[in-house]
Amino acid sequence: MDFTTWINGLYGIPVIGLVFQLAGYLVAVIPQNSPNIMQQATPLALAALCGVLCERSGVVNIGIEGTMLAAAFTAWIVGVAIQPYFGTPNPTDLFGLTFPLVIALVAAVLVAMGISALHAWLSISLRADQIISGTIINIAAAGLTGYLNQLISQNSPAGAGEFARFVAPTALTSLPIVGWLFAMILNQGPITISVIILVIGCQLWLFRSRWGLRTRAVGEHPRAAETVGIDVIRVRYRNVILGGVFAGLAGAFLSIEATNSFQQNMTAGRGFIALAAVIMGRWTPIGSFGAALLFATFLQLGQLINIAPPSGQLGSIMASVPPQLFDALPYILTIVILAGVVGRSVPPAADGQPYVREAAS
Amino acid sequence: MTTPAPAPAPAGAVRPRPSLAVRAWAILAVPVVVTVLSLLVGALIILASELIVTGRKFDPFLPFTAYAALLQGAFGSPEAIVSTLVYTAPLVFGGLAVAFGFKAGLFNIGVQGQFLVGALGAVIVGVALADAPAPVAIVAATAAGILGGALWGFIPGFLKAVSGAHEVVSTIMLNYVAVQLLAALVSGPLKVPKSPSPVTYDVGNAAWPIVLGDTGHIGIILAPIAAVFVWWLLFRTTWGFEVRSVGASPDAARYAGMRPKALIIATMTFSGALGGLAGTAVLLGVTHTMTSSFGTTVGFDSIAVALLARSSPLGVIAAAFLFGSLRAGAGLMQINAGIPVELVDVLQATILLFLVASPVLRRLLRMRGVQAGITESSPSHALGGGLAD
Repeated sequence: MDFTTWINGLYGIPVIGLVFQLAGYLVAVIPQNSPNIMQQATPLALAALCGVLCERSGVVNIGIEGTMLAAAFTAWIVGVAIQPYFGTPNPTDLFGLTFPLVIALVAAVLVAMGISALHAWLSISLRADQIISGTIINIAAAGLTGYLNQLISQNSPAGAGEFARFVAPTALTSLPIVGWLFAMILNQGPITISVIILVIGCQLWLFRSRWGLRTRAVGEHPRAAETVGIDVIRVRYRNVILGGVFAGLAGAFLSIEATNSFQQNMTAGRGFIALAAVIMGRWTPIGSFGAALLFATFLQLGQLINIAPPSGQLGSIMASVPPQLFDALPYILTIVILAGVVGRSVPPAADGQPYVREAAS
Repeated sequence: MTTPAPAPAPAGAVRPRPSLAVRAWAILAVPVVVTVLSLLVGALIILASELIVTGRKFDPFLPFTAYAALLQGAFGSPEAIVSTLVYTAPLVFGGLAVAFGFKAGLFNIGVQGQFLVGALGAVIVGVALADAPAPVAIVAATAAGILGGALWGFIPGFLKAVSGAHEVVSTIMLNYVAVQLLAALVSGPLKVPKSPSPVTYDVGNAAWPIVLGDTGHIGIILAPIAAVFVWWLLFRTTWGFEVRSVGASPDAARYAGMRPKALIIATMTFSGALGGLAGTAVLLGVTHTMTSSFGTTVGFDSIAVALLARSSPLGVIAAAFLFGSLRAGAGLMQINAGIPVELVDVLQATILLFLVASPVLRRLLRMRGVQAGITESSPSHALGGGLAD
């Protein structure tokens, strides 16, 4: 039986045919765009790791968005500042690494750790409302980066460029059926490639190590944890600051791997989508990575449908919908998933609650 | 807002009520000190940014030039003062929206989205009734704006009550959806045909009347009325009492026979309506048309306003006036001193940072008997987890 006629027959069924057309479109388009989806998922997954580490220890960090934005700005501005001292960049073969880029990456991570430390101090030591503390970080990051960006872009400086992508052997990526998976994971820049390692590492660390056990204990029942001699305050500080490393990588990805420049508010809500990914992934690194991939697929589809819409009946329906609807799709999806998943997804018991040591009397 | 708990008095002793000056200091000390400190930090940032940006001579007095221009831009002439009031009005509405949510223990970060959808409602009805008699057009367009905002506040309230989706994430997501919705409508069905850029028709007769100077629309009168209304609602009605009870302790409120879920929906809807009114004030009062990039900083300024006002409806007026004058003066500051208007965002952020760190501030400055910057008790904020039934 001829495969094409069979497919055309399915596509021709009224109404239900549209579902088949959509499935066909997705099957055709997703493997082909898998590297892009992975890149969309990278900042989400890293930010979600930050969220998992913070919330597992009982600190809600809604300032991830601002932390990422500040890190993205830092990576770019440090590159701009030190580029002149290194002459013409001479990209190495591996990821196009140059000294300015590496220093920019380190600076971004340090800044993100510093901001996370501020959030930790406000929410753990001062016991300020954690949501308000995070919101202030978001407003501060948007304000300061916007202000400095206005000042600096007057001179329209050149940045330090961006990381190059690794190119996997074609023998791997051209394998039938699974080749696109290799392309998705390996044909990437250094930050994107490291995401999978970091996700698996965090998963093991959180569920198979002593520190992970302590972290979870502190997030579930800090009083009990303290009773067995765990320093609740210190565990929370460590986790929030370590989470900052991931937020810093996520920010640096935006300005020195995905692009080579900084734009005002370039995080575009990714820090918040990541929080939804944390919830959907039930506060596990691997789960939230899966959620990040799902969101990334929708982000990518939103762009693809505008650029290369499917043909046939489905395409003409999509063409009649305003393109902005597809841009709004990831955000709508976040709300729907949040509403649908939340009741069944249980947060750490002490999530968001400041811890007060018992008086030593 | 309660006064600080008095120290336990010895039995039988009658503590005299503290004098007005003492009470005023207790309420105002932190906001005033925090604002002054932030202006100092802003001055340091201006000086530091001179060093960062090359190609300009270092001027140690630039902060003074900048702040002088800021003041002149906000209060230097009758027109400037009217413009400050016009900037203040939507901030009062938006600040009330956030403050009202806070009172019920809800954090409405979605004022930006409610602002946009409110303005969208106002422009749709306003354009349709552009030639209708002015009173009808104004009332209908304003009502549409309020309804638009209320709808955008209802959605996260409903989701929170039904499924426990945290309003912080869902309102932020709705902000982005609102931006796309607005762009889709303004470049689609609402667009003036043959116009080179996406823009709607003028709202004509639906524009809010001017009551002061050339630009002072009626919003500058409505804003304080709204603040008093919200105060009355919160502190003089049963519903307001229930809202505050749910905010203070949802469990206690439930045992007392209140229905937290219904209250959450109603609170978010009302909060959204106020956010929609802010958008309506800008659209019907100032721009009269809508472009696809319509939008201001009102949404996020509103959060700062509510925090600085410690969620007090009357405090919102003062805080909104502060940020309104900063926004109104920023333009002249950019022209006279070359300081980007974004400095106002930085000032706002430092004000908030000092506010949230005010326990430390109070210790450092040895301020006693003074109210904290931000209400210290707040409900748990786990972003997941549904409501207890």
